[in-house]
Amino acid sequence: MAVMTYLEAIADGLRLAMRADPAVILLGEDVAAYGGAFKLTKGFLEEFGPRRVIDTPISEAGIVGAGIGAALVGLRPVAEMQFADFISNAFNQIVNVAATSAYRAGGCVPLVIRAPCGAGTHGGPFHSQSVEAYFFHTPGVKIVLPATPADAKGLLLSAIADPNPVLYLEHKALYRSQRGPVDEGLAFVPLGKAEVRRPGRDVTVVTYGMMVHRCLEAAEAAAQEAVQAEVIDLRTLLPLDLDTLAESIARTSRVLIVHEDRLRGGIGAEIAAYVGEHLFKVLDAPICRVGAPDSPVPYAPSLEAAYLPSVDRIRRAIVDLARW
Amino acid sequence: MTGRGDITAATTPAVSPGLGADDLRTLYRYMLLQRQAEDRIVKLYRQGAVVGACFTGYGHEAIAVGAAYALGPHDVVSTLHRDLGARLVLGMPLRYYFANFLGRAGSPTRGREGNLHIGGLGPRILLHIDHIGASIPVAAGAALGFAVRQEPRVVMAFFGEGTLATGEFHEGANLAAVLRLPLVLVCWNNQFAYSTPVEREVVGPLVDRMAGYGIASCAVDGNDVLAVYDAARRAVDRAREGQGPSFLECRTMRIRGHSEADDASYVPQALIDEWRRRDPVERFDQRLIETQALTAEQAADLRAAVLAEVDDAQAWAEASPAPDPSELGRGVYCEDRPWP
Repeated sequence: MAVMTYLEAIADGLRLAMRADPAVILLGEDVAAYGGAFKLTKGFLEEFGPRRVIDTPISEAGIVGAGIGAALVGLRPVAEMQFADFISNAFNQIVNVAATSAYRAGGCVPLVIRAPCGAGTHGGPFHSQSVEAYFFHTPGVKIVLPATPADAKGLLLSAIADPNPVLYLEHKALYRSQRGPVDEGLAFVPLGKAEVRRPGRDVTVVTYGMMVHRCLEAAEAAAQEAVQAEVIDLRTLLPLDLDTLAESIARTSRVLIVHEDRLRGGIGAEIAAYVGEHLFKVLDAPICRVGAPDSPVPYAPSLEAAYLPSVDRIRRAIVDLARW
Repeated sequence: MTGRGDITAATTPAVSPGLGADDLRTLYRYMLLQRQAEDRIVKLYRQGAVVGACFTGYGHEAIAVGAAYALGPHDVVSTLHRDLGARLVLGMPLRYYFANFLGRAGSPTRGREGNLHIGGLGPRILLHIDHIGASIPVAAGAALGFAVRQEPRVVMAFFGEGTLATGEFHEGANLAAVLRLPLVLVCWNNQFAYSTPVEREVVGPLVDRMAGYGIASCAVDGNDVLAVYDAARRAVDRAREGQGPSFLECRTMRIRGHSEADDASYVPQALIDEWRRRDPVERFDQRLIETQALTAEQAADLRAAVLAEVDDAQAWAEASPAPDPSELGRGVYCEDRPWP
């Protein structure tokens, strides 16, 4: 067991995967000689050489397409989008090519697309986006978004091990702000399994990514008002672990869904629909959501703070829901 | 690949370097197979047995067959709707062609795809990608895979001239050039992308554009199977020797509509008439007879044998059932398997 930052844990998982299997290669913009825009792959070129750690031209469609092609001939590429915002350039490759390959009998595409996502670092509209909802609609891909260093490593290893295209969204505001214990070696965390981060009897809070930490803080604050919230970290967004949600909601009869992404058409909308369709009888209160408004992610700290769900907004939502 | 023959055979004059009489007959057989299979599928389409759209590679046989024939036994292709011959050269059973058009359970896509949208067949025929520009980065990626593993294998990608207008073509070609990947780009310039003539897709000769990428290029008569083979062979050799990607512009003409639902009334009749006179299958037939690589009797026998093969493939496909609706949601994901 070692204590690592979220960023160090991702690098650790990537390094161990590359040591374990020569088929694992890394490609992206500035990933080799420079060590990545966030210095996550610093030292990788020296350890694994230029055939496996590949600097590419600025070409997200080219990078993802090349990853798909390499995967189709037996490699396990990890393709990096320098920022998740740039993944829209590769949308066609992901949605039309990678995601449909298995179904169209074209073969398995064991490709991981790493993409630093999320707001909170004053990146402005082009360097702060949450992109999960664009791909959540697409059968054939998997989507993970870890919240802790241990999950960052373990989910990356599972993503690399998976024979399908996996979008590995890593929250860049967590890179150095989150430190925690991380198991040594190939410590897999299974895809498709949510984790109860805090037990509670009054309200189920369903969340993921950076909001896990704000929800935990909000839950502690709500406890001061005698409300005990259970916080569930989804960890994998596609496929969703609906069983863990259903078990919790059956106990609490109340559900609050919190995400950093915009509410409209977000992951929370699908979860709300699921709960409404399948768990209506256990509910004692309306399904509630907290998320971002319908605007691009703004730059100025005052605007960005207003855009993101705050601990206080989440606390109020928890308490209001408990008292409904 | 089968039927390479003995290139040292002295009884027949070599028409093309490296090709013996057996090779020539094999090339001809593949071209005939594509032509006759496509003639048959158009009939089935007109009868209503093929639903949706119906695309053929009519007139593109010399490109599909000639280029693919230049590949080695471990090389791979990225093929499209006009490249039946290339798939056949790489060993795809003709039965799959009919089963896929007819949407049968026995097709490699199990009815999930139609037309010639067949890929992922074993290790040598890559996933079919219908957004054609997107196929170029994927083909480059397969070539990257071979480069990473230091395997002397080559990827050949087929596509039309309209592809050069797409952004993804640029990204794939640029990546292949920068990384010096073993990729051969085979462009069938058939002069029309649906109804849009080539001059409304790109300005200037296609081959000239490649200089800007640092990609070796040449233009060949796409209706001359031996010219295509020779150019492809040089490109494949370059790729295998680590000299990076090449681009072949195979000049031809789409003498039918974009699909069978398109009457191509926007194409001047004189242009169609001119290119019909250069039909690649008939031209090669005449050439083989003139050079005595084939007697008229042998050619007739071959046509009969190919027709029987087409009949068999169609019958096999027709005997295959429609996919069961319970199959609908299956196979969206690949099954987990142990790693590392």
